[in-house]
Amino acid sequence: MSNAPKPAPAAGAGRASTRKELPEHFKAYRHVWVAMEMEHGKVHPVSFELLGEGRKLADKRGVELAGVVMGGDGEEVAAAAIEAFEHGADVVYTIVDPILTHYRNDPYTRALTDLVNTYKPEILLLGATNLGRDLAGSVATTLLTGLTADCTELAIDDEGSLAATRPTFGGSLLCTIFTLNYRPQMATVRPRVMAMPEREPGRRGRIVSHDLGLAEAEIVTKVLDFIADGDSGRAALPYADIVVAGGLGLRSAENMQLVKALAAVLGGEYGGSRPLVQKGWITADRQIGQTGKTIRPRLYIAAGISGAIQHRVGVEGADTIVAINTDPNAPIMEFAHLAIVGDAVKILPALTDAFARHLSVNRLAS
Amino acid sequence: MHIVVCIKQVPDSAQIRVHPVTNTIMRQGVPTIINPYDLFALEEALRLRDRFGGEVTVLTLGPPMAEDSLRKALAFGADRAVLLTDRFFAGSDTLATSFALSMALKKIGEEFGEPPIVFTGKQTIDGDTAQVGPGIAKRRDLNQLTYVARIVEVDPAAGEIAVERRAEGGLQVLKSRMPVLITMLEGANEMRRGTLDNALGAARAQVVRWSAADAGIEDLTKCGLRGSPTIVKKVFAPTARAEKAKRVNTEEGSTAEANAAALVEAIFTRQPDLQTDLMRTAGNHYLPGGH
Repeated sequence: MSNAPKPAPAAGAGRASTRKELPEHFKAYRHVWVAMEMEHGKVHPVSFELLGEGRKLADKRGVELAGVVMGGDGEEVAAAAIEAFEHGADVVYTIVDPILTHYRNDPYTRALTDLVNTYKPEILLLGATNLGRDLAGSVATTLLTGLTADCTELAIDDEGSLAATRPTFGGSLLCTIFTLNYRPQMATVRPRVMAMPEREPGRRGRIVSHDLGLAEAEIVTKVLDFIADGDSGRAALPYADIVVAGGLGLRSAENMQLVKALAAVLGGEYGGSRPLVQKGWITADRQIGQTGKTIRPRLYIAAGISGAIQHRVGVEGADTIVAINTDPNAPIMEFAHLAIVGDAVKILPALTDAFARHLSVNRLAS
Repeated sequence: MHIVVCIKQVPDSAQIRVHPVTNTIMRQGVPTIINPYDLFALEEALRLRDRFGGEVTVLTLGPPMAEDSLRKALAFGADRAVLLTDRFFAGSDTLATSFALSMALKKIGEEFGEPPIVFTGKQTIDGDTAQVGPGIAKRRDLNQLTYVARIVEVDPAAGEIAVERRAEGGLQVLKSRMPVLITMLEGANEMRRGTLDNALGAARAQVVRWSAADAGIEDLTKCGLRGSPTIVKKVFAPTARAEKAKRVNTEEGSTAEANAAALVEAIFTRQPDLQTDLMRTAGNHYLPGGH
């Protein structure tokens, strides 16, 4: 990695907080970019969510929205570019090179850094996935610019700067962060925090293709294998329409079965709060909340979860939040839409039966 | 093999409270812990040392009281602890933090031997950014392996390491040349219990304490607030929703069955389209004879 180019940082002089006007050399930095995430030939939905958000920022700023698609297969990259246009991009920067077939930090960092230095975006957004966070941290450090992680809200302030809001202290507070004296302004956003934009079939834009200019011999990390997750539903939590989750109110690991049974009847996914991961009742990839997954289901049923702020930030995008809790004063009773005061261990099986009966009756009648 | 583990002392986030009027964090009485994700990194480092010999150095950047966390790491079995502490580091964001740590790492390499592996946890529980590890890797020209679930093999003689790395939908098996920076995933291992010998040793141990100057940092504009491109402009509490939850069971003593039926009714009244869609899809999961 020592031969990676070290570009001059786009840093301004003086204290950031005292800036009044945009430094002259910043004017070269324009447009809003979304680095699209591709793995196994498919675009991660978070990239479309970011294009939706990026569209709003670009319109407010009066600039173009661009997607960046990097990959090893020309057809896959072309297909992803079309999807980017249909989700709001005006331009798509592409790099196709066999070196980029699977994600590796070094070549992807060099590719994205090179694009930024060549075409100079003002704002660069990535998904706060494992891939996005891995890449964003390296790119921001190479460019010596600011990066704000896991934002929940993005806006343009009156002076045209990116205002990136993110939870802090485990979600108990929010803070708004600016990168005033450095370009580009970078941020990551978790899957499901932003709404999916409406797709416009047939919408097209400009493609700018770029070369990687690297040889495989220069890359010291090799991909030996990929072990796909056996249980295909595992990663589906953020994109599930229905999620049933349990908390300490379940009282025992065995009672997680009640949560799973209800999720199964509804064709949904199950999860839980952070203490359940610590107790080993569920695996870490099933954790919902600030340090787990952000979900945005149409229906979310929280059984025996008190709803600490860390949990709330992970679920408030749900259309309907249902709380089942013995404590009428639990925090979740404040942000749920529907609530039952009662013992989740008793209500969950009754609810599973009630849903099964209701859907069965209505199904036969329809 | 000399291995360095970067740890952070963090407030136990489960016990943090926000002042209801001023919206500031009430730090008084909140216990500090080693960032839980860093313990997976430390244990992995100790295992490699036990297997290949060598030393484990733990490094932290923080206020003088962060020494407590270093002593805990020594009690688990680390061989050496370095505390990087200086008022010039106050207000550092992730870029400034990774600069300071990378300079301390350079110094550690010069003093105690270049580490082929530097470990950190996947992120901290207070900042949650996962940016400092990649920042250190870039600044020290280390190959970066984040979200590592398992170390498959280390070959010190060949200078190679193979790991399983958590990626979308599965595990990537990667082989890399060392030196590397690895951020460890939770659940990768289980932290050992410290021995009595280690505990006694930790209490007596000399923690190496470096200022910015000691770590060879000449350019202080790269440190602290001045070295931080990101500026926190505003801190505020999330707004509460105006409408309170609609209580489904208002009557005392109603049965679980009655409550459940009322809840199903309430959900589908609120979302009629959900009922339609469920009948189309979820029904297949339970109807006898399927469709």
